[in-house]
Amino acid sequence: MFDSISDKFSGIMRTFAGKSKITEKNIQDAVEEIKVALLDADVNLRVVRRFINGTMEEALGEKVLKAVDPGQQFVKIVYDRMVALLGDEENQKLLLKGPDTTTVILMMGLQGSGKTTTSAKLAARLKREGRRPLLVAADLVRPAAILQLQVLGESVGVPVFTLEGEKDPSKVAKAALSQARKDQRDILIVDTSGRMHLDQTLMDEIQKVRDAIKPDETLFVADSMTGQNAVAIAQEFEQKVGISGVILSKFDSDTRGGAALSLRSVVGKPIKFIGVGEKMDDIEPFYPERIASRILGMGDIVSLVEKA
Amino acid sequence: MLKGFGAKLKALFGMNTFDEGYFENLEDFLIEGDLGAKLATQISDEVRKLAKSEKPKTQKDLQILVKRLLSDKIRIFDPGLEEGSLTVYLILGVNGVGKTTSIAKLAQYYKNQGKQVLLAAADTFRAAAIDQLEVHAQRLGCRIVKQKSGSDPGSVVFDAITSAQARGEDLILVDTAGRMHNKENLLRELSKIDKIVKGRGIEDVHYKKFLVIDSTTGQNGISQAELFNQAVKLDALILTKYDSLAKGGALVQIGEKQNIPIAFVGTGETYKDIHPFDKDEFLDTLVGLTD
Ligand SMILES: Nc1nc2c(ncn2[C@@H]2O[C@H](COP(=O)(O)OP(=O)(O)OP(=O)(O)O)[C@@H](O)[C@H]2O)c(=O)[nH]1
Ligand SMILES: Nc1nc2c(ncn2[C@@H]2O[C@H](COP(=O)(O)OP(=O)(O)OP(=O)(O)O)[C@@H](O)[C@H]2O)c(=O)[nH]1
Ligand SMILES: [Mg+2]
Ligand SMILES: [Mg+2]
Repeated sequence: MFDSISDKFSGIMRTFAGKSKITEKNIQDAVEEIKVALLDADVNLRVVRRFINGTMEEALGEKVLKAVDPGQQFVKIVYDRMVALLGDEENQKLLLKGPDTTTVILMMGLQGSGKTTTSAKLAARLKREGRRPLLVAADLVRPAAILQLQVLGESVGVPVFTLEGEKDPSKVAKAALSQARKDQRDILIVDTSGRMHLDQTLMDEIQKVRDAIKPDETLFVADSMTGQNAVAIAQEFEQKVGISGVILSKFDSDTRGGAALSLRSVVGKPIKFIGVGEKMDDIEPFYPERIASRILGMGDIVSLVEKA
Repeated sequence: MLKGFGAKLKALFGMNTFDEGYFENLEDFLIEGDLGAKLATQISDEVRKLAKSEKPKTQKDLQILVKRLLSDKIRIFDPGLEEGSLTVYLILGVNGVGKTTSIAKLAQYYKNQGKQVLLAAADTFRAAAIDQLEVHAQRLGCRIVKQKSGSDPGSVVFDAITSAQARGEDLILVDTAGRMHNKENLLRELSKIDKIVKGRGIEDVHYKKFLVIDSTTGQNGISQAELFNQAVKLDALILTKYDSLAKGGALVQIGEKQNIPIAFVGTGETYKDIHPFDKDEFLDTLVGLTD
């Protein structure tokens, strides 16, 4: 999968190589190639357009035309722009309050996106950093969802709050918050059921959860293999609930992960972590450079470009 | 939200001609349905050519033309059970696509046809996966074969087949752990299960391997189908989460490249939310004939 894209970029570089003059036509052809590469990586079409337009402007400027190696210069522009778009590392830290209060983290997303697993991974990570997290089982819908969180919580040594018999997740979340404060737990991580962005009832339900606990972080967990719909989905969650950060799961697949660029450009919120497996330590900070190379499928070209 | 293709077309059709803008719009629409850039361009080019000779008069004519072009690329899997012997369905897929839930729905579907269905809890890996299937079994009134968490999935399958054969049951639905198609060791584990099923004398006509694909998945779905198909020859696809309104265009590409037919479509979280694949309906939605 990756190869064909690398080929494309090598092709672009070859097109430019040895040309005494770079014409607008050359650049247009190259841009067309990049457009296809981005679409193959599942970057949303509208995001691709916006990205391409910006890139064209810059690429038609003096810098490329006068560069010693215009091909490399062009690819570098594309890469740099993408890295810049994907975000800066400063932004990516979780917004945690001091250890004397309870920071509330609400997890949400479509069905099966990885919320429960990611909740436990986050808890494990924060615990390692010296925090005292409490996990909350507020998915009262999926069969054995509570047990799933309990098993994972136990495996990372973090307690899981449950409220037997309760049907309203906002009540569970609220009770958990009181409990956390009483036990001086400094972080509350609330796992919720998966929901479709278009399901009015379920979107109302998560609003109620949000209003009950006023989260400091509302993390949208998205599957990194998501296609063109990623944007429409995230927009609904942003509008109806509000997103403070994104976590992209399942990056250990061979997806090129264009959803990262789509989500980042459209929702404008930082991508805080990526999930890279099913184990509890399979979570990593989000590095824009790595993901940009991956979306462009050009790991080897980056080093080449850096010399340019 | 995306504006429907129909609405977009109506705006364009006001001009009474199918001009370049129209075909570009068509291409965009197909790309947004996850059909992939290459196929979308190819289809819109073909339509552009055909439009010259066939002279479609209305927007609907044109949509029907697009549908016709896509139609060849998609096959239907007949979900009827072969009578007379135990059938085994192996349900496969990457993590979280909806395997376990689809199994519960299928159990209901075949029970409604009077079949005796057994669930095999061969996802022994994920936290509480066995319990999840067990809750479904209880609700559905289905028998379940399970071992403890962490045990060998092949051994669960072996047990399930042995006991179903003894009881004369009709269908075993085997739940497997979600696995990434690019992790070789996990795919190898599947080949082992595959050998066990065959070793128990289940013949090919009674043994079907389904790959579950999430309709919100983009181009990666093609890689999933390719690699699973290599590991164990797939018989059919199940498309889940179609209630997301994602159009599942990746299936057309899978159909074109791998020729794997589609069996069922999942449209929600309750047991009735599964339907034998309806090609017409799927394509109508894909080309915007329904809005
Ligand atoms: N390979 C891989 N699998 C993951 C990752 N994150 C989660 N998973 C798996 O994806 C599947 C779904 O994860 P869950 O945590 O249950 O997802 P969820 O969003 O809680 O699902 P619902 O509660 O049903 O909406 C499980 O099999 C997880 O083990 C990841 O980063 N990589
Ligand atoms: N809306 C909707 N949700 C679905 C559909 N199919 C499955 N789900 C939900 O998706 C989530 C994941 O489903 P599972 O059946 O657990 O998925 P799985 O493939 O078995 O997951 P792993 O075993 O962890 O790999 C659950 O919350 C299901 O209720 C569907 O067609 N529509
Ligand atoms: Mg969950
Ligand atoms: Mg499962």
